[in-house]
Amino acid sequence: MITLPHPFIKNLLTAPLDFTHLLDEIPMGVLILDTHRRVVFLNRAFEALSGFSPSMAYGIQCYNILRGAACISNCPVLSIKDDNRAVFCETDMINLNRQRIPIRMTTAPILDDNFNITGFIETIGNIRLSQKIDREKSVAYSFANIIGRSPQMEKIFQTLPILAQSDVSILITGETGTGKDLVAEAIHQTSGRESGPFIKINCGALPETLLESEIFGHQKGAFTGAVENKPGRFKLAHNGTIFLTEIGDLPLSLQVKLLTFLDDKIIYPLGSTKGFKANVRIIAATHRNMEQMVALGRFRKDLLFRLNVARIHLPPLREREGDIRLLIDHFFNSYKQQLDKKINGFSKETLMVLLNYKYEGNIRELKNIVEYAINVSTNPTIELHHLPSYLLESSHSIESGQSEIEKQTLKNDNTATAADSLFNPKNNLTTPETWSSIQREIIIEALKIRQQKFWGGEEALYGEK
Amino acid sequence: MIHKITIPLYHEEVAPRFDMATEVLILILSKGNIIEEEKTIILPRSSADDLCHLMLAEKTNTLICGAIEEEYYQFLKWKKIAVYDSIAGNWSRAFHCWNKNILKSGY
Repeated sequence: MITLPHPFIKNLLTAPLDFTHLLDEIPMGVLILDTHRRVVFLNRAFEALSGFSPSMAYGIQCYNILRGAACISNCPVLSIKDDNRAVFCETDMINLNRQRIPIRMTTAPILDDNFNITGFIETIGNIRLSQKIDREKSVAYSFANIIGRSPQMEKIFQTLPILAQSDVSILITGETGTGKDLVAEAIHQTSGRESGPFIKINCGALPETLLESEIFGHQKGAFTGAVENKPGRFKLAHNGTIFLTEIGDLPLSLQVKLLTFLDDKIIYPLGSTKGFKANVRIIAATHRNMEQMVALGRFRKDLLFRLNVARIHLPPLREREGDIRLLIDHFFNSYKQQLDKKINGFSKETLMVLLNYKYEGNIRELKNIVEYAINVSTNPTIELHHLPSYLLESSHSIESGQSEIEKQTLKNDNTATAADSLFNPKNNLTTPETWSSIQREIIIEALKIRQQKFWGGEEALYGEK
Repeated sequence: MIHKITIPLYHEEVAPRFDMATEVLILILSKGNIIEEEKTIILPRSSADDLCHLMLAEKTNTLICGAIEEEYYQFLKWKKIAVYDSIAGNWSRAFHCWNKNILKSGY
């Protein structure tokens, strides 16, 4: 186990300054190298970006830690050796999570009293989000990289910049594939915390014990295998935004810990009594019905109130009038360019099928369908047989009258209305006209729903995904 | 031949980036994991796609590499290639660790 040096800066202010603390407050990744290009220090922002902790990186050649394309093709450190001037470049790196991140890096020499090089300092900034936004700037009817011109989306586009500028906690709800992650990223990118880190945690992806250590960090020796201090995602997101996706899957014990953090803004790593005051903005997202989860005792009411300061509900694609065509064109142009295909467009029949399909997977499904069709098509026009086969099967049922989804929706609507009527004390259901308007099977369904509401049930909770 | 290991190289070290490597070492092992043959392939350009294609053509069993993108990692795993990624340092040391069964991704 490497014991890292704990450097101080002396003679600058009245008392010696803790070097680590000083650099940790900088919202940009900082790497300090010795003359042999070995890492001697990295700050918290770099740890968040690369995934490497200071103890993992200490003494390792910088190109094995930064892992930038420029490190191999044209090492900036080697190119400043002669004129001692800082070198600036835009390149990309691959972090420990195997993500490629575009970065802007500046490398400068560290000089001693006699102007001899004693080391190098590299500052690394993540330009992924700003690059994405630049690319999408030319697209009309959009905010950051979210596209839409339906009235529902226009309302969201009007609200997003206002919410982004404030520092309130936001809860994003919506079906799967509606773009909750994109909205969270866009809010961060247009907020005052833009230069800070954006850390995403999937609350449903890890088991409870691992999740606690991942979110809040742990102290060395807190449990078997905790061989070093781990800062946790909240600490890494200091001065930035933390995005808790699938918040509905957060275990109850961690909900209590999160609640405590939201109250006093101090995190206590596992096994530590010393807290860390984190300045973090929280954005949470879920596809679950949170009110129903609260009613079933699966989610704490007080935590919901704290997260739900501002709520953004993303409508499903089938409810966004006119957006399907806009998105089809957008993905068509984008994939055509990306895949370098000479395709002019869709045939009339294909377009009809695409426009009438009920996208249960929402924008993600539409995007995949367009990508598939462009990949498969060898003609200048995308024909029906270039679409995934399940789409055509569904289109037959549309032609034959109502689609399955429509039928189901109609049935559900009738059932819900019946349930409301049955259990509304204001309604007089004694007249034969009222009873005859409600079919027998609908009444049975309505009773089932009522029963589930009272006694709880997996179907009631997970019915809509 | 009982096992084939591919190591993208950067001089004598494991290449820091899989997609930037232009030199590849292929180790052919015989019984007892003894190196039977060592061959180095120089690629005309760096490309992760070409490297994946080469490994499939060579019927590689194991890849020892530096940084690799998730997309390629998952593809190679799907093709039943054991991938040890985020490995830094001299290739012979990495091979030694693999041989002793102590090589882990990220070390």
